[in-house]
Amino acid sequence: MMQDTYVLSDSQKRERRRITIMFTVLAVLIVAVFLVSMNTGSIRLTPLEVLRTLFGGGTSDQDLILFTFRLPRIVLSVLVGAGLGVAGCVLQAITRNALAEPGIIGINAGAGLFVLVFTAFYASPAASPVYMLPLLAWVGAGLSAVIVFGLSYRKHRGFSSTRLLLNGIAITAGISSVTIVITQRIDAEQYQFYARWISGTLSGQDWKFVLAVLPFLAVLIPYVMYKSRTINVLNLGQTMAVGLGARVTREQAGLLAAAIGLAGACVSVSGSIGFVGLIGPHLARRLVGTKHQVLVPASALVGGLLVIAADTISRMWLQDTPTGVIVAVIGAPYFLYLMIRSKM
Amino acid sequence: MGTNSQQGAEVDVRTTDAMNQVYARPWTGAAILLIGLIAVALGIAVCVNYGYQDIKFFTVWEAIFRFDPDSSEHQIIHSLRLPRVLGGAIIGAGLSVAGAIMQGMTRNPLADSSLLGLTAGAGFALALVFAFFQGVSFNVLLLIAFLGAGLGALLVFGLSSMAKGGMTPVRLVLAGAAVTALLTAISEGIALYYRIGKDLSFWYAGAIAGIRMSQLQIMFPWVAVALLGAIALSRSITLLSLGEDVSRGLGLRTGRVKLAGLAIVLVLAGAAVAVAGAIGFVGLLIPHVTRKLVGVDYRWIIPCSAVLGALLVMFADLASRMINPGSEVSVAALIAIIGVPFFLYLARKEERSL
Repeated sequence: MMQDTYVLSDSQKRERRRITIMFTVLAVLIVAVFLVSMNTGSIRLTPLEVLRTLFGGGTSDQDLILFTFRLPRIVLSVLVGAGLGVAGCVLQAITRNALAEPGIIGINAGAGLFVLVFTAFYASPAASPVYMLPLLAWVGAGLSAVIVFGLSYRKHRGFSSTRLLLNGIAITAGISSVTIVITQRIDAEQYQFYARWISGTLSGQDWKFVLAVLPFLAVLIPYVMYKSRTINVLNLGQTMAVGLGARVTREQAGLLAAAIGLAGACVSVSGSIGFVGLIGPHLARRLVGTKHQVLVPASALVGGLLVIAADTISRMWLQDTPTGVIVAVIGAPYFLYLMIRSKM
Repeated sequence: MGTNSQQGAEVDVRTTDAMNQVYARPWTGAAILLIGLIAVALGIAVCVNYGYQDIKFFTVWEAIFRFDPDSSEHQIIHSLRLPRVLGGAIIGAGLSVAGAIMQGMTRNPLADSSLLGLTAGAGFALALVFAFFQGVSFNVLLLIAFLGAGLGALLVFGLSSMAKGGMTPVRLVLAGAAVTALLTAISEGIALYYRIGKDLSFWYAGAIAGIRMSQLQIMFPWVAVALLGAIALSRSITLLSLGEDVSRGLGLRTGRVKLAGLAIVLVLAGAAVAVAGAIGFVGLLIPHVTRKLVGVDYRWIIPCSAVLGALLVMFADLASRMINPGSEVSVAALIAIIGVPFFLYLARKEERSL
């Protein structure tokens, strides 16, 4: 463990420097995309105007555009990406499966079903209580994830990762059959609302959603970081972890709950965005290695960068195509690439 | 020349030997075919008969065999109920046979057209049609659905065969899920952008209720030829299901058989999606049940699957009309209620054998 050694060897020093550089690069990239994103929209603002407005020197129109329309959406995209990245990182470590990802184990499907049911009952979802929708989506995400994990748990051997993926796919397929039925009962306007949700669009989100997701991230990401050494141990496998004295089942349960809570909170405000939890940790691992003390924050940064970039691209060139669609177009091929390389 | 035919004869003998060793229960199979076909005939009568308006059995008979365009009852039967019931039966048979062929050829117990990306592929193709070429004829629509299913299959099978260790069942299912996610996401994007979401979802919803006679007339020849082709191919599929090496050793041209099998699957799955949208799990469920009943010889599995699949979709549709008259539960959801637990069970078994 890095912190315990007083004298660092040369290679360790180099490793540390590399990691520091990677984090700096990621942070700089996020800030850069953030500034570009602030400039993007139907009304062009120069970078200088953006900066001036950010520090309180803009006109009231500029204030309105930036603080009411653009900023919440951009902040939300970073937060959602970070949350999904961390959730994916935890899931991959615990299940020891490179393909584990919140979307593929049924979290998005569960959240989507609850959103749809809600949409069907409220004639106009826009007029409903603000936090009702995210709350229900979160509950749905949690329920389906718990079902999938429950079905994949074997006594004494922990979670079977293959079964986890298969069960996730089965539950997702089942839910989508039910979903299709409900979509028949709602009118075109309700359907449009649901369709925007299910394809993961960040447009039209305001500060309320940022406030809704922030507490989850503020509590759960530090918790995961605090547990990062435990994750390292769990990542060695059930037998090894028990041998090293970890209370495996308990730690697994706690971390899984954290991952599910994070992913659920994210998709409940952003709509169904998949594959971020897959790509984020994978790229992060390439950049900073496999120690979770650094991998978890790196996954958060890569995830955040991914979603803010996808969202910016969509607003710049693709007429506001839902962010989830863009992420899926990048993410699904990446999943397939990993699948080809993995042993199964 | 002489030695060639001698060799050929020898291979034939060996193949026949191999086929004889394949576990099969022909009597059960024959019984299923006979009883099943009678049940399908009776089922059509019962399903056509059931509905909001009470119509006597005799009238149903008359409407089918001595159609009188002036009678409103005959009209209801001809334009609404009959296409729906026949359509359900044809789709059920097609999906089941498609599933059976895929399971046999890839030796993958988890194969089903909706799990392996074919349904999503066809859906994607149709989203493109709805967005850019609205108002094409049903003929063209059908062809495009075949192509779309082909695209999905190509991606899933192509990518999983590129992997080290080849197409394992789990890998195929994962590739299917990812390709489905990708194609669905793009379809959703198109649907949102062109505001055709509701049309698309309506069509996607397994709308057996909306099948028209004219669609059936166009689709039926395709499905019929594909089903006959499947029966003609069934012997080769049995050999393939013994494993690639064994079947090649027995002189089977595996490449050709696979190509033919894939073409049949694409037609069956594409046609089903084109008229009825996404109905999953039929192709997973029925071949497994059939295999339990008649053994592992595809010469029996394929025809029996067709009959049982037709029965399943037809009666699931009847049940969906009975459960909540007026506002109907879709067949797809009803079948998923059986299908999901079954898939979970299979996944559990599959994983144990890994």
